[in-house]
Amino acid sequence: MLTKQQAKIFFLVGTFVTFAIFIGLTIYSLQQVQTRLPEDVARGKHIWEKNNCMGCHTIMGEGAYYAPELTNVIERRGEPFVRGVLQAKKPWQPNGRKMVAYGMNEQDTNDMIAFFKWIGNLDLNGFEKVDRKVSPLAVDHMKDNVE
Amino acid sequence: MKYKTQKVAYWFWALSMLLLTIQLTYGFIMGFARLGYDGLHQWIPFNTAHTVHLNTLVVWLLAGFMGAAYYIIPEEAETELWKPKLAYLQLIALTLVGVAALAGYHFNIWEGRKFLEIPRELDWLVAIDVILFLVILLMTILKGKKKSTTVWVLYGGLAGAAVLYLPGMISFDSQVLDSFFRWWVVHLWVEGVWELIMGGILAFLLIKLTGVDREVIEKWLYVVIGLTFLSGILGTGHHYYYIGVNKIWLIVGGIFSSLEPLAFLAMTLWALSMYRKGEKKHPNKLAITWTLAAAIISFLGAGVLGLAHTLPQTNLYTHGTLVTAMHGHLAFWGAYASIVLAIITYAMPNLTGRKLYDHPRGRLAFWLSNIGIFIMVSAFAAAGVAQVYLERILGYDFGQVQNEIKVHFWVLIIGATILSTGIILYIIDFVKYGLPTDEALEA
Repeated sequence: MLTKQQAKIFFLVGTFVTFAIFIGLTIYSLQQVQTRLPEDVARGKHIWEKNNCMGCHTIMGEGAYYAPELTNVIERRGEPFVRGVLQAKKPWQPNGRKMVAYGMNEQDTNDMIAFFKWIGNLDLNGFEKVDRKVSPLAVDHMKDNVE
Repeated sequence: MKYKTQKVAYWFWALSMLLLTIQLTYGFIMGFARLGYDGLHQWIPFNTAHTVHLNTLVVWLLAGFMGAAYYIIPEEAETELWKPKLAYLQLIALTLVGVAALAGYHFNIWEGRKFLEIPRELDWLVAIDVILFLVILLMTILKGKKKSTTVWVLYGGLAGAAVLYLPGMISFDSQVLDSFFRWWVVHLWVEGVWELIMGGILAFLLIKLTGVDREVIEKWLYVVIGLTFLSGILGTGHHYYYIGVNKIWLIVGGIFSSLEPLAFLAMTLWALSMYRKGEKKHPNKLAITWTLAAAIISFLGAGVLGLAHTLPQTNLYTHGTLVTAMHGHLAFWGAYASIVLAIITYAMPNLTGRKLYDHPRGRLAFWLSNIGIFIMVSAFAAAGVAQVYLERILGYDFGQVQNEIKVHFWVLIIGATILSTGIILYIIDFVKYGLPTDEALEA
């Protein structure tokens, strides 16, 4: 039967080993992450945070699920559309959900666009790519229908 | 109660009750906004309501944990709290920082990082406050007659939470790095050190409520927290699938996060078997009910519902949808809200001397709040699965899909109303107990 001492050793050793592996994997992963970013991308991220865009939208799947995912927004909606939304001076209500009117100037808009483009070009293991939206099963089904 | 200074706990829990009320109120603002009724948008847009909802959740739970620590540690260490006046100062400071943060969110003063929206200037005040809290507790433990495993696990969880707050204070230009280290705080809190805090409180409650030998309970406490870290630390990887880091996390995160339910399963089995084994049944049946509910529902919410979408093959479709909200709501309710409500239910008769152990209002509060949360989670589940199918598989536009699934938000509001009724009854009970008194001191 397990003793309290053995249970304690299980806890301590298990924690130490997994934490060591976690730190190792972190170091390994971060070596492959771009740390120096173009200034406009960094400014764009700052504007993203300052306005708490994540409080409604999601980016890389993280946020509030109230407004659309923006990881791939430039590819999906096109730059002029995004530019128009960011610079709108009056609140608008796409599909009944109100968005704050940010009325951004040209510089801030450019920075936000740069930020979205940078995110859109990341390798996200297939997340939020247009072709991902059609499941493999659906693709086969569509092929069958066409044939 | 056994020591006069345990009374400090009451005021932390009073703060918890106040913040819980605010959390529910802002939850309703969000729920109605999803239905198109957002007349408050001009003053409280959705991002403000969302931030207040999340931050009041975190702070009411933290205040609940702090209250639990101030109640449990003197009793376990068999000594009065070290410098109780400092504990009151710590409470006032925490309240002021909380009020400043919540007010600021209504004026766009925030960081815009989910769960970590508190501005950096206030972060430092939070850090000082928590250091003061930890010093008071450590000094109490050191001057105490006894140093139990339960106390060290509880203290370790609280100290770990403080240390893990630091990575969230680092500033990054890269969204990838920002997200990577944000999860060091959020994931390693809720699927790591907070489970230690929960385990510590649960162990204390089981010792008090079942009468089972401390050595047996604490042995299994080690097993539970061992499984927690064994799976939870590398399980952080399930947040790294789609944020632009190495593919190795798909494998590591997938395997280890799939093991995370084991810790919660162990916690459930531990609590149930200790309850069955216990020969001395404490008269505070409500406290026993909340305690067992915390152990069982945490397994369902954090364990089973987490497992449902943790594998990368599934998460590719569910990530960033209402499926996550489904899991999040039951996980927080089962694991953390319930354990805080359990320790309060156990301690209030002891602090006030009013032995309201089992009464209809208390039972109604338990059942209504639990039925309400299950209705809410069912609504999120239905909405989330429909969203995944329509948006992620059929490729419909986000806004169109949200309109299609609108009916589920009505169900969500109904569930939230039932939950809130239960919580209101719980708070009425809390108020009716009255203030803690020295007359309640056990001889």
